[in-house]
Amino acid sequence: MTSAVELDHVTVRFGAFTAVQDATLSIEAGEFFSFLGPSGCGKTTLLRTISGFIEPSEGQVRIGGTDMRGLGPNRRPTALIFQNLALFPMMSVAENIAYGLRVRGVSRSARREVAERLLDLIALPGHADKRVDELSGGQKQRVAIARALAVEPKVLLLDEPLSALDLKLRQHMRNELRAIQRRVGITFIYITHDQGEALAMSDRIAVMNRGVIEQVADGRTLYEAPRTAFVASFVGENNAFVGTVAEADRDRALVTTAAGPLSGRNLRNLMRTSEAVLFVRPEAVVLGEGPLTGRATEVAYEGILTHATFELDGGGRMTATIPRGAPVPKPGAAVRLGYDPADALVLPREGFAHA
Amino acid sequence: MHSSVGHWLILALPVAVVLFYAAMALLDRRRAPGARPVSFVQRNGIAVSTYLVVAVGVWTVLLIVLPQLYMIDLSFRPRLPPTQMGGPNDVYTLENYRFFLYGSTRSTAAWNTIHLKAFALTILASVAITFLNLLLCYPIAFYMAKAASTTRMRLLMLMLIAPYWVNEILRAFAIRVLLASSGVVNQALMGLGLVSEPVDFLGLDLGLYAGLSYAYLLMMVFPLYNAIESLDRNQIEAARDLGGPWWHIHLFVVVPHAKPGIASGCTLVFMLTAGALAAPQILGGPRTLWFTPIVYDRFYQAFNWPQGAAYAFLLLVACIVFVLATMRVCRLSLGEITR
Repeated sequence: MTSAVELDHVTVRFGAFTAVQDATLSIEAGEFFSFLGPSGCGKTTLLRTISGFIEPSEGQVRIGGTDMRGLGPNRRPTALIFQNLALFPMMSVAENIAYGLRVRGVSRSARREVAERLLDLIALPGHADKRVDELSGGQKQRVAIARALAVEPKVLLLDEPLSALDLKLRQHMRNELRAIQRRVGITFIYITHDQGEALAMSDRIAVMNRGVIEQVADGRTLYEAPRTAFVASFVGENNAFVGTVAEADRDRALVTTAAGPLSGRNLRNLMRTSEAVLFVRPEAVVLGEGPLTGRATEVAYEGILTHATFELDGGGRMTATIPRGAPVPKPGAAVRLGYDPADALVLPREGFAHA
Repeated sequence: MHSSVGHWLILALPVAVVLFYAAMALLDRRRAPGARPVSFVQRNGIAVSTYLVVAVGVWTVLLIVLPQLYMIDLSFRPRLPPTQMGGPNDVYTLENYRFFLYGSTRSTAAWNTIHLKAFALTILASVAITFLNLLLCYPIAFYMAKAASTTRMRLLMLMLIAPYWVNEILRAFAIRVLLASSGVVNQALMGLGLVSEPVDFLGLDLGLYAGLSYAYLLMMVFPLYNAIESLDRNQIEAARDLGGPWWHIHLFVVVPHAKPGIASGCTLVFMLTAGALAAPQILGGPRTLWFTPIVYDRFYQAFNWPQGAAYAFLLLVACIVFVLATMRVCRLSLGEITR
């Protein structure tokens, strides 16, 4: 099966600045694929490279097996949904949706038919003749999707389209987007800095940092078995302990940290004396026993969970999530803290920003 | 007696209109009891509001409305020696307008073809020049607003503005020198062997049209630039991404957005071109009769101020009617133009 989109050693430079460095991956046809990373990590540049607004400085973009070099955005089988949607305000909803067809010389009646069909698909029947500014945020969102789908692209590219919506609507639109993608069955490539969005919708996610793709995997793998310190700290909450590997074998590594010697799984086969970061998820922290001691500084009740932050005696901080029903420490109280080493990960320090 | 009625009317009319609007505003406020908007004076303070009212009032009434009303009044009066003004012969008459149509203050036997032709030519040529100006300026404005880097945009802006530091008459004469029979253009054409004898650019009115197009270029570029600049670049990219060829994007995305700017640019250029005096006088060929020099001649050659006033008023009305009609056709309101 040919991949819908293949990136082959794609590098994008703006002058001396490298926005995307040597990106190689293939996205399957029909996949919901996300690029996740902080702002400025190069994900939007990569999206614009796929859509044809930017030519890669090196490497190749292939869509459906065809090299896209030299093809402008108007000649690629992609459609881009902009962050601000960029609907045409002087056109009606139906005219917006059918713009791509009008360009292709489709007759007025056929255009109307497609617009009506797509309005049904996005659950907005009867809105064809409204003006764009009469629609709500979520409705505009769906019209933008319909406008992109009207040209029957092989790949739909979405540049953080949900970021302008409020939280409730955003969560609703996540499900909506996923449902639309299943219905039309084409490849969606989604850009976001919101890990919740990426985890909830995507089949697979590429995590990007400073122009480099750090890891490509499904959401569960990213959360449970991150390959790099950046992924471990960016996807989900994590407690990080920076140190040096003191002992290592194939499964375990012991890291000397400011808070004392800590051990965890050695997924990346680190050698003795390498610089490392040990990660423990807040939900893996056990209260009342273990090698660490600290003082609770903040206890925040959030209903199903309680978030507690501890100042550790050796320096540094640790957060723990305590499930409902379990005993909650009082602020200021001294507590022993620990974890099952099988729940902790030792990863190379390389690329880890905050020490 | 007649004359004093006219003068009273000129003074009273603006006052009456202002009072009428003030009364309407008061009535409006009474009718909406719930909403008590902060009054103009409360919002700005006494000193500032007095200044604003007096300054705007003096400017509009004293410098714009009164002289224009006086001119309209004058245009309906006969030409009289100063001693008879306000006398029994100073009556309202249509003779100045009759002269424009028939070339005589009394007879209606023959049409005043010279003046009527000049009038039509002025309107038609102004339309053509406005259109040409739009075609010339749209790419420049689009480039400045969307394509150019900041430094290049500033440079271009400077290059557009700098020629306008030279005064209008000098610019017109420069074009005349350029296009004259022994001018640079003709010499270049002959040197290249393209023509065997000089082309009479000025006689063909090419000089006039070139000069008029050039004279008000900025009046077109800036409104266009403003309008296009406010267009979200993503809209252009979205259209391109959906497969739009460049001309389609301009026609259906950029131009509809820039319509108010296009309208205000066209209005400015059309009004200024139709009312231009220097360029037609300096660049007009021997056969051309632009309407404004005719108006000028009524005042200063024929010493017939009432007739001059009538001619100027006719030009003004024709231009306003033309502009309003065009806006109606393009479904634009006055409010949009001033945006």
